Amino acid sequence: MAPQSAPPYSPIFGRLSLDALPLHEPILVATFCAVAIGGIAVVALLTKFRLWGYLWNEWFTTVDHKKIGIMYMILGLIMFLRGFADAIMMRLQQALAFNGSEGYLPAHHYDQVFTAHGVIMIFFVAMPFITGFMNYIVPLQIGARDVSFPFLNNFSFWMTTSGAILVMASLFIGEFAQTGWLAYPPLSGIAYSPNVGVDYYIWSLQIAGVGTTLSGINLICTILKMRAPGMGLMKMPVFTWTSLCANILIVASFPVLTAVLVLLGLDRYAHTDFFTNDFGGNAMMYVNLIWIWGHPEVYILILPLFGVFSEITATFSGKRLFGYTSMVYATVCITILSYLVWLHHFFTMGSGASVNSFFGITTMVISIPTGAKLFNWLFTMYRGRIRFDLPMMWTVAFMVTFTIGGMTGVMLAVPPADFVLHNSLFLIAHFHNVIIGGVLFGSFAAINYWWPKAFGFKLNEFWGKVSFWCWLPGFYLAFMPLYVLGLMGVTRRMRVFDDPSLHIWFIIAGLGAVVIAAGIGAMLIQFAVSIWKREELKDETGDPWNGRTLEWATSSPPPDYNFAFTPKIHSLDAWYEIKHRHVARPTEGFRPIHMPSNTGAGIILAGISLVMGFALVWHIWWLAIGGFAALIVTAIAHTFNYKRDYHIPVEEVEATEAERTQQLAAAGA
Amino acid sequence: MRQYLLSLPRLSGLSLAAIAPVLLGGCSDLVVLDPAGDVAQQQGDLVIISTLLMLIIIIPVIALTLFFAWKYRADNKEARYEPDWDHSTQLELVIWAAPLLIIICLGALTWVGTHLLDPYRPLARTEPGVAVSQDEKPLEVQVVALDWKWLFIYPEQGIATVNEFAAPMDRPVSFRITGASVMNSFYIPAMAGQIYSMPGMETKLNAVFNKPGDFVGFSANYSGHGFSDMRFAAKSLTDDEFTNWVAKAKASGETLDRKTYLELEKPSEKEPVHLYASADPELFDAIVNMCVEPGKMCMHQQMAIDDRGGMGLAGLQKTDDLVYDKTAARGTGAPADWSKPISVCLAPEKANMPGARPGDAPVALDRLNGLGLPRKTGIAPSSSSDALLSAAAETVSAPTRSNP
Repeated sequence: MAPQSAPPYSPIFGRLSLDALPLHEPILVATFCAVAIGGIAVVALLTKFRLWGYLWNEWFTTVDHKKIGIMYMILGLIMFLRGFADAIMMRLQQALAFNGSEGYLPAHHYDQVFTAHGVIMIFFVAMPFITGFMNYIVPLQIGARDVSFPFLNNFSFWMTTSGAILVMASLFIGEFAQTGWLAYPPLSGIAYSPNVGVDYYIWSLQIAGVGTTLSGINLICTILKMRAPGMGLMKMPVFTWTSLCANILIVASFPVLTAVLVLLGLDRYAHTDFFTNDFGGNAMMYVNLIWIWGHPEVYILILPLFGVFSEITATFSGKRLFGYTSMVYATVCITILSYLVWLHHFFTMGSGASVNSFFGITTMVISIPTGAKLFNWLFTMYRGRIRFDLPMMWTVAFMVTFTIGGMTGVMLAVPPADFVLHNSLFLIAHFHNVIIGGVLFGSFAAINYWWPKAFGFKLNEFWGKVSFWCWLPGFYLAFMPLYVLGLMGVTRRMRVFDDPSLHIWFIIAGLGAVVIAAGIGAMLIQFAVSIWKREELKDETGDPWNGRTLEWATSSPPPDYNFAFTPKIHSLDAWYEIKHRHVARPTEGFRPIHMPSNTGAGIILAGISLVMGFALVWHIWWLAIGGFAALIVTAIAHTFNYKRDYHIPVEEVEATEAERTQQLAAAGA
Repeated sequence: MRQYLLSLPRLSGLSLAAIAPVLLGGCSDLVVLDPAGDVAQQQGDLVIISTLLMLIIIIPVIALTLFFAWKYRADNKEARYEPDWDHSTQLELVIWAAPLLIIICLGALTWVGTHLLDPYRPLARTEPGVAVSQDEKPLEVQVVALDWKWLFIYPEQGIATVNEFAAPMDRPVSFRITGASVMNSFYIPAMAGQIYSMPGMETKLNAVFNKPGDFVGFSANYSGHGFSDMRFAAKSLTDDEFTNWVAKAKASGETLDRKTYLELEKPSEKEPVHLYASADPELFDAIVNMCVEPGKMCMHQQMAIDDRGGMGLAGLQKTDDLVYDKTAARGTGAPADWSKPISVCLAPEKANMPGARPGDAPVALDRLNGLGLPRKTGIAPSSSSDALLSAAAETVSAPTRSNP
């Protein structure tokens, strides 16, 4: 491997040249062909069926929180397939690279694969999933018609998407970072990573980070200011509570990520020396800062899913949630404590024993509220009537799997134990155990649970079960061997191995990944079959699971305005209460409804940001400056857009509600 | 001889050692749980004991989950159904208190264990029951992580090696660790837990081998393209074997001076084992201070200058001396200019280099029994805040590692 050198520079194309196309990598060329053919086919179909106008007017420019929520889910799903492709490539490489074999991936490619896998799965799969759920469900649960800042919501989504597109672009133009997903300097500094990979990393996260932070602010405002009358904080559904806490974490921690990436960017672009070896820079500052964001981040991911499990357990056990108050306090405890533990990611950096013990113990303390939550779900099931539909199956799978992951997490929190397990495959197994067992299982539970709300029909049960029964054993098959390998002293991010006794475990893990692939396939089939047979799976009631919270009070899918009348709230399980007391649904006295108008400003601004990010990656300065100017001009121009809102005429509301009355009557008959 | 009171970790370690092969189908390579060194053994024991402690609560939770899921299934109309039951103060107390109790135990274990097994502390024992005598000097080994190989310098023996480390059994080894370019992690699983190696900084590790054998060490922190092959042999030898090994290195006739080091520093992969008969005794300090190359200012000199208020505007003309890598990294820069003066790192310990932690002393063995950790009149200050206080009492200000 020749030493890396900085690429040549031209004033027009910056560092970009034909050499940036990875024509020498057959895997990438084949992927590009497949993507290009698929892309052309999609574009052709959209054009043939004249869907561009529909997409632009109804989706791309929409400010409706429900449509934006769905778009987040689609983004997450597409990126999930990419991230999983990376995972399969790693498993295959590690299963092959034994007995003197180099495997099939050279270091340059393999190192990008594991970096991209981590970045994509966290930032562009897990984050869009949870943001999607929060976007769709929170306003419905609190009886609101939209989020506080609908335009901002659209803008946030497109910024996240722009970040994702920039990561995907790195696959075919240039390269991605080869640093691991947190890009520790000095390795990620210009001296050791002179090419564009780390720049792609920085700018995709910066652009997506804008979206995430703004969407966090938006949802906090929504939850605090737009709850239906009567819904005090302690009458909020648990999912809304956990969303609130997750968004507080987002707003408090993402600026740290932005700042640390700005510093790293300055090191790379302006030759400052915050984290370099030169001039007394210090990489340990970066490691601290990135984990001050990084640890809250994992709670940002898991908290909303804790809320999802709470909703699902109560609904499918046909019971009130056990210990609502302690659930809320547990959530708040976790929110606060998540800021006091970041150092446990680098006990091995040489802090003193007292510092290490402090952070080890605070980490363990987090397991107390988390344990309390588990018990609460457990006692919600106790003396219930549990229906094992798909969401509940995922929930039970979560409870068992997450408990194991939590246990190994506490083991890693004991500093002397961490010295032998840090950076090992044991660690990899641990965080996949909590992220797959918690975030992904939770997302699948939530998709199965709320799909009927979003689309008006349930998901196919059979393919859902096939998917479940592939995922669950597949997960254990893929990750339990990694625990064993970790105890055998095998470290992460290895490309080749020389100890043949490890081989069998990597083969088992690889088989597990194949079983998971089958689970993903079954899930895609589930979606397709369900859409195909949507008439059979139709749900007219809007409340297919006998739900307890307000989102089930609306039709499925809900009308644009969500609620014709803002409901008044008297107790925690508002919809259960309404059903229980047989409160009649109002059928007259409607008024015109004030709604925000669609706008293209979000997608245009995000598009310009994407171009600017690309220009910055490749040092195309004229384009970057032009892009920046265009951003400012567009943003100012947007402020002169006075067509921001409209009223849904009362006739339209009456017609929609009358249709709903008929639908309900038909469903009841 | 492990002839001391039966402790819980040892017992549990034994029990797991007995269960593990059954669980894992005869796999007996769990080096983390069954290592060859006392430090790693204690760390592995902590893995086991923390697992056992948590299983007290984990097993009931998993069992109850499955049991409730089965018992209260919708089909089972026999089971009680109380849709409005959502609170029980006693139960709430239990579900908060039970994890709390476990965490209190685990927290106490963590506090004691972390202090006893602080990698910076000189060893107090080489094996259970075998204390290190006051006059026994540990074997000092200087470790440098290079792209992508390991350099070991033995100041006592005067030799140096690449990608091969050896130590006599039952003699404490005191590692001084640094790196030349990026972060790595120095890890010999059979001997002791890992510690990061970082450029411009020194970290420390104290460990010992108790069983003979050929083991491996490697970098446990990804450091670039050659990372996978950044492995070295770690040999635990008898005293005679060690003497022979040193003699073999002496016989190689090669010298590791600054020039050879700068050649060695250039990136290379799968570097074969190399032995040097002698090594520049100031080399390691120069590496930590990033002034091996002629013309570069040693970091501790710059720090001393800064300590006195810096050089003011004159400092702006000195920048070349402080450019330690930039494009010169990984072998792409210009060759070293030997006409420039070579910095000599005189007594860097006086400048309190990063990595120095004054006041390090072995923990008294009675601490193993968990007796009072911070004692006013104790033999050793056991917390680093104490260490910092004692450092503050000295005249030279002490930048410590984690508080730059």
